[in-house]
Amino acid sequence: MSTQSASRTPLAVLISRPWIWSWAAAALAFAATLGLTSGRGAGELAYAALSFGAFAAIVGMGQMLVITLGPGNIDLSVPATMTLAATLALRTMGTEPGTALYGLVIALAVGFCVGIANFALIFLLRLPPIIATLAASLIYQSIAIWSNRGLRIKPPEGLAEFATGRFLGVPNVAWVALVLAILVWVLLERLTWGRWLLATGQNQRAARLAGVPVEAVRAVTYVSVAIFAALAGYLLASFSGGAALNMGTEYLLMSIAVVVIGGCSVAGGDSNVPGVWGAALFMFLVVSMLNSYGTGAGVRNVLTGTIIICIVIAASTRRARQ
Amino acid sequence: MSFFSRYRILLPVISLAVLLAATFYMQPRAMSYFGLNLLFNLAVPIALATIAQMMILMVNDIDLSIGAFVSLVACVTATFLNDAPLLGLLILAALILAYAAMGAVIDALELPAIVVTLGMSFVWGGLALFILPSPGGAAPGWLRTLMTVKPPLMPMAVVASILIAFVTHMLIIRSGFGTVLRGVGGNARAISRAGLSVTRLKAWAYGLAGFFGVLAGMALVGLTTAADANIALRYTLLSIAGVILGGGEFTGGKVSPTGAVIGALTLTLAASFLSFLRLSPDWQIGSQGAILILVLTARLIFSRKGDAA
Repeated sequence: MSTQSASRTPLAVLISRPWIWSWAAAALAFAATLGLTSGRGAGELAYAALSFGAFAAIVGMGQMLVITLGPGNIDLSVPATMTLAATLALRTMGTEPGTALYGLVIALAVGFCVGIANFALIFLLRLPPIIATLAASLIYQSIAIWSNRGLRIKPPEGLAEFATGRFLGVPNVAWVALVLAILVWVLLERLTWGRWLLATGQNQRAARLAGVPVEAVRAVTYVSVAIFAALAGYLLASFSGGAALNMGTEYLLMSIAVVVIGGCSVAGGDSNVPGVWGAALFMFLVVSMLNSYGTGAGVRNVLTGTIIICIVIAASTRRARQ
Repeated sequence: MSFFSRYRILLPVISLAVLLAATFYMQPRAMSYFGLNLLFNLAVPIALATIAQMMILMVNDIDLSIGAFVSLVACVTATFLNDAPLLGLLILAALILAYAAMGAVIDALELPAIVVTLGMSFVWGGLALFILPSPGGAAPGWLRTLMTVKPPLMPMAVVASILIAFVTHMLIIRSGFGTVLRGVGGNARAISRAGLSVTRLKAWAYGLAGFFGVLAGMALVGLTTAADANIALRYTLLSIAGVILGGGEFTGGKVSPTGAVIGALTLTLAASFLSFLRLSPDWQIGSQGAILILVLTARLIFSRKGDAA
């Protein structure tokens, strides 16, 4: 595909990029919402979309790496990891000022341990990743319940200010997600490790025969997704004024949905960082669009589901044409 | 090979037996008609949902919407089927057709099932919320009677489980049609070379899943007498776990209906067992995960033995 694109017009090149569709959908939802208010509140809407989209983008990029590993690879422990990391980090910080960095280290350490545990189940016990991460997530959930004790500990003031603050008019959490996105993109497109990951996802056997350390690639990927989830949990808890036991729930479906809408192949071996960002914005914007049109929760869900399926169908027919 | 296949069903049977023995040891009073009924009561809808999930795994797909679908069926059962039985039946039939159509579309357009079912879970959940915005409704009288019937010798839940396992075993393992359906998971290309339409067969597999999903929702309402839009959301994960516990595989059309039913019973029993242990409620969910990992680890030993034999 990339060899052909050189001779095509810029527009054709743009359309051939799989990430353009999620951005177009996000722009459409944005325009449809503003159409109702005849353009008022554009800045606020964009700001909210960037804030909430950032969390979805962070967990989505982690999930993307795992899904890139190939069929059957998925991490269902994302919500539990988010909750556990946030709970333990906030408990350690105990609203003391100046402990934000300490809390971050705790959260990332939780993510690291969870990733190692998940991969141990998958590699040592040879469990299918779906079932291994599902069973393990029940345990993480229990640890979170046990350490939380129903208390809602506030984040330290400075951290809360950072999580809800802005820099150059863009929410700080969006900056974090953006930096991560660039890191992941460089990793995937420019570094050997990313090539190994894609090769593993396209054909694990061929990759192994070609000398790719397949198991090491898988291990690092499962640890990365857990660390991404932990970071998202830490930021989300600081953003929303404390960790709650159900704070991660919606991010399970969200993390998978943004990967798919973003144009990554669910069969693995193909990933797409900008698309995930576009999809994360889209998922927020579509809900706010339906909200501003005054639809009830039931109708909103039906429409969200229908839109997801329509995008998947559109993406697949586009692939078939090429 | 015959050794291997015999071992496959042994594992779910042994794990259920061990767990049952442990439960009886902890709580000897459970060893009665009434006790067994209490232990396994809620297993019937879970077993039916597990069978539904098995139909999808059988054709190499996965269904992330079955929990939302069972919730929707429960809402329809507690409202329309109770107030206007004919309309209710029509809606349930339409839901089964919708499932079959979903299977046909997934195959015809080569869509990833995991994503389509994920999207459909929003649709089913939204419809359920639309029908029943707040918990309520009532179970039709005949359904309530059916689910609380007290047959001689064995409690209803046990009889129903055996019946479900027998019927689905005959359908999927023994019948020619079931063999072809499993063939779609095993080697879809061979099936289409043999002149059969894979799209039509996938529609059948999904339709069967929808049918058992409908039965699961109805059974659930018969037990709980009321419904709400989130009543069965956890069934999605439970059903996947049940199929795998029962010796099924994610790919290759390797499924066992009997194993799936036993897997569902094991999961239900694990919850009861943990409450008998007087474990702190904090750790109940976690121990369920630990039991799941333990049983699946045992599966590893069995499959190694199977490879050797």
